Amino acid sequence: MPSLIDIRRRIRSVRNTQQITKAMKMVSTARLRRAQERVVAARPYARILREMVANVAAAVAAAGTAGGTEAPDDQPLHPLLAARPEQRVLLLFFTADRGLAGAFNSNLIKAAQRFLVENAARTVELELIGRKARDFFRKRPVRVAGEQIGLGNKALYEDIAPVIDKVIDRYRKQEIDAVYLLYNEFKSVLSQKLTVVRILPIELPAVAAEREYIYEQPPEELLRLLLPRYVGIAVHHALLESTAAEHAARMTAMDAATTNAGELIEKLTLYMNRVRQASITREIIEVVSGAAALD
Amino acid sequence: MPGAFLLEIATPDRLLVSEQVTQAQIPALGGYIGVLPEHAPLLSALGTGVLEYSLGGHRRSIAISGGFVEVLPDHVRVLADHAENADEIDVQRAQESLKRAAERLSQAGGEVDIARALNAVKRAQARLSAAGK
Repeated sequence: MPSLIDIRRRIRSVRNTQQITKAMKMVSTARLRRAQERVVAARPYARILREMVANVAAAVAAAGTAGGTEAPDDQPLHPLLAARPEQRVLLLFFTADRGLAGAFNSNLIKAAQRFLVENAARTVELELIGRKARDFFRKRPVRVAGEQIGLGNKALYEDIAPVIDKVIDRYRKQEIDAVYLLYNEFKSVLSQKLTVVRILPIELPAVAAEREYIYEQPPEELLRLLLPRYVGIAVHHALLESTAAEHAARMTAMDAATTNAGELIEKLTLYMNRVRQASITREIIEVVSGAAALD
Repeated sequence: MPGAFLLEIATPDRLLVSEQVTQAQIPALGGYIGVLPEHAPLLSALGTGVLEYSLGGHRRSIAISGGFVEVLPDHVRVLADHAENADEIDVQRAQESLKRAAERLSQAGGEVDIARALNAVKRAQARLSAAGK
């Protein structure tokens, strides 16, 4: 039977852990709120951009059918729309920088491995975003195109812009044939959804409200400027979602940990009282039987 | 509100402005365009400069650079790569970056360098003039 002191020590240690998990939960709650605000704040830009791209693309397509099809070297007009057989694939893989977020990172890593198996026939390169992704794939035989760490802190567009530029540039040079994103989407505080989407070649959004515009620049020119942004917004969105999902997952995990610690403390306290009672009873018996022996 | 239109200015990170305004000056790529209500639909890329708008006599300035603008009769939507409210601009920092950019410009080598330095100069100037200095 463990001694009273051992059990007390154990309770104290569990209580310390509980304090940490409680603090972490509160921090995650605050971060989650900020991350959600950022997701919401980024929405207007994305919405307006989507409509613009749809309209301009429609205008370019209309002009194209009117004035003959594209010249052979005219591919750069919208090279980001050009679909090729998917031989070389780049996967942008978003994980968290930190752990202790329940199954958040391990689910992602499992999904990434599944992606690699499913696409074993193709050459898959990984762009690892988040420390957990980097640490996992560092020791494994995969092609790593790059690693980014610390993007999730502020998750500003300019933080991830270099990655976006690099990806677009490589696609343009035909070094890669398709680009996918793998990230956790923020569904609710309690659930995240693993999401795989293709961002390149671009699938044009549907035209919501067609309008006749005066074009200050030729539509082709505008489309050329718009499309990289369109890709960029998709990547940035994934980063924002992933950050929000991470904090939500950690919050839930830490809440569960705090509850578990509470239960454990309760059980240990009960046990401790029983042990104490037992030792008191034993002492009384000793005293009583000692007195009886004197009689 | 008659004689007004909705002006929205968004960057990838946030929505900066969403207000009913009576007129706006927008630094498009090909030069400033003035917008009043009932403007014909127009799409343009943005340049670097100061976007000014007024509502009820108040004038406000925002330094913006890069992006796109969509003008509709009752609605103007600006998608800027960078945008800063006049009161958010750190004048000292803007002055420093102007000086740096000007220096770079004077000793720039290749064409790319010049274009980049020129852009930096323009951006710093836009921020300064938006801040009213």
